[in-house]
Amino acid sequence: MTRYILSRVLSAIPVLFVVSLVTFLLMWLVPGDVASQIAGPDATAAELEAIRQRLQLDQPIHIQAFRWYGNLLQGDLGQSYLLHRSVVDAVFERLPVTLSLAFMSLVLAVIFGVLLGVLAATNHNNWIDQVTMTGALLGLSLPDFWFGLVLIFFFAVGMGWFPTGGYTPFTESPLGWLRSMTLPACTLAFTQMGVIARMVRSSMLEQMGQDYIRTAKAKGLPRGLVLFKHALRNALIPVITLVGIMTGLLLGGTVVIEVVYSLPGVGRLIIGAIQNRDYPIVQGGLLMTAGIFVFVNIAVDILYTIVDPRVRNDR
Amino acid sequence: MTVEATVPDISASRAWVAHLKQGLGTAARHRSIQVGGALFGFIVLLAIFADLIAPFDPNKNNFRALLSAPDAVNIFGTDAFGRDILSRVIHGTRLSLLVGLLVVVATGVLGVIVGTLTGYVRWLDGPVMRVMDGLMAFPGILLAIALAAVLGPSVTNAALALTITFTPRTARIVRGSVLVLREMPYVEAAKACGASHARIVLKHILPNALPPLIVQLTFVFSVSILAEAVLSFMGVGPPPPTPSLGNIIAEGRSYIQEAPWVALMPGIAIAMTVLGLNIIGDGLRDTLDPRLRNL
Repeated sequence: MTRYILSRVLSAIPVLFVVSLVTFLLMWLVPGDVASQIAGPDATAAELEAIRQRLQLDQPIHIQAFRWYGNLLQGDLGQSYLLHRSVVDAVFERLPVTLSLAFMSLVLAVIFGVLLGVLAATNHNNWIDQVTMTGALLGLSLPDFWFGLVLIFFFAVGMGWFPTGGYTPFTESPLGWLRSMTLPACTLAFTQMGVIARMVRSSMLEQMGQDYIRTAKAKGLPRGLVLFKHALRNALIPVITLVGIMTGLLLGGTVVIEVVYSLPGVGRLIIGAIQNRDYPIVQGGLLMTAGIFVFVNIAVDILYTIVDPRVRNDR
Repeated sequence: MTVEATVPDISASRAWVAHLKQGLGTAARHRSIQVGGALFGFIVLLAIFADLIAPFDPNKNNFRALLSAPDAVNIFGTDAFGRDILSRVIHGTRLSLLVGLLVVVATGVLGVIVGTLTGYVRWLDGPVMRVMDGLMAFPGILLAIALAAVLGPSVTNAALALTITFTPRTARIVRGSVLVLREMPYVEAAKACGASHARIVLKHILPNALPPLIVQLTFVFSVSILAEAVLSFMGVGPPPPTPSLGNIIAEGRSYIQEAPWVALMPGIAIAMTVLGLNIIGDGLRDTLDPRLRNL
């Protein structure tokens, strides 16, 4: 087990290397002169030169890459031009909002996704199954940012139950925090719920065709016990993998949702930085989000081997 | 040639191609493909004949009908410049489909090249797939937004950003098929007959790697349409006043209270297009690739 965990963690190194390289090279995709893009059209030659020196754009690329990696290994992602502070600080300050939004949506999506999946599987091929699965398919066909606007229109503008946007920190008012996070979390959860419901349904149907279920039924166990104690427990194993994949979708999805609901998370930080051409923030935000994603997936893989020991022997 | 004609691998390969054709034939009779196909086909027709069908010029301002509610003249209402939402949505759908198509073609070509090379050429597998893994470590939409932003807002750059984002996933699927097919007895037989690598890959391996690829590309299509809308909404897609569905929603966001139709209508258009594609994708998965049915 220790060997598996170790090899899994080590396998993240080349991935993280490519991630950092892509982030570094992103600056090189900027067409034209980066300095004049940052400074704007009215910049003087001296201002441009100052920016170039500060960003070391006057150095050859391998020197720049060397410095970038040197700083990166020391946990330094550079300074934001606009916020006048380090990128790491700026991202870390915003991280709790993004992570709590992603986590809330994940919990909601898993709870309702599993419930709907089980509901559909136990009503295989009748109208409940069809309605649930059509709903799931519709859910994953909706543009999430648009669905967020629809929820704002009905529940914030129409009913007035929730604020139309903005963020109340938990430390300021727990209830206000919950109110500001409910619609965003529901928006993200709704579009992800369908994916889980579909997976749980097919996984559950597969388990229900297995011999051990027939045995359990044959020895006269009540239907509920067979379904929930036997079938569901095994049906949920693949869902763990899905949670890893969904973390990526959620971390990406929060970017868009934070903009729709004006939440001060990492996503809105990155989008704001893109608009202001504050490239170190864009790079740092991307790198840290990808890093989180990589480590969540390692954690999910390890969790998977604990839940399903068969996997350990396969690898 | 005469030697090969007597070897069963050729017939096996042809049988597989016939199998694919038969699979597509079965697919055409599959109910969800018919339903999804009808929905998506209708939207494609609207997009192709956008110039004929759209009642107004999508960029023509009408200052006598600003933010007017849906009525007999402007069926979907008008926006803050008095532009007809229906016409803008029809043209926006055309743009969405165009971007989706570009991404599907580019991702398909690149995915096949990268997937085949990594699956077939052993020494390429490690390094190239590590790069693909690295690209996949970014949350997809975030990478696409960053790439599109850095490249600059335009239709081609949006398509390019999405292609870079979706190619690794497609390549991985092709690689998976190639790894399995490479070990098939009929490929071994072809090798024994002295078939060249090009012939083995093009005639024996690729045709059989197609079914899962087709299924994957259907989903790339639908995800690209959703992602293009996000890029436009974020202001890094095709720049306004281009009627892209994301742009229209972004503009409508400011008027969500007094004129909700501006933001609502294009969203419904996206949802219907993507829903049609997803229904087709589900049907194709059922008929072409039973192994993936549980995913």
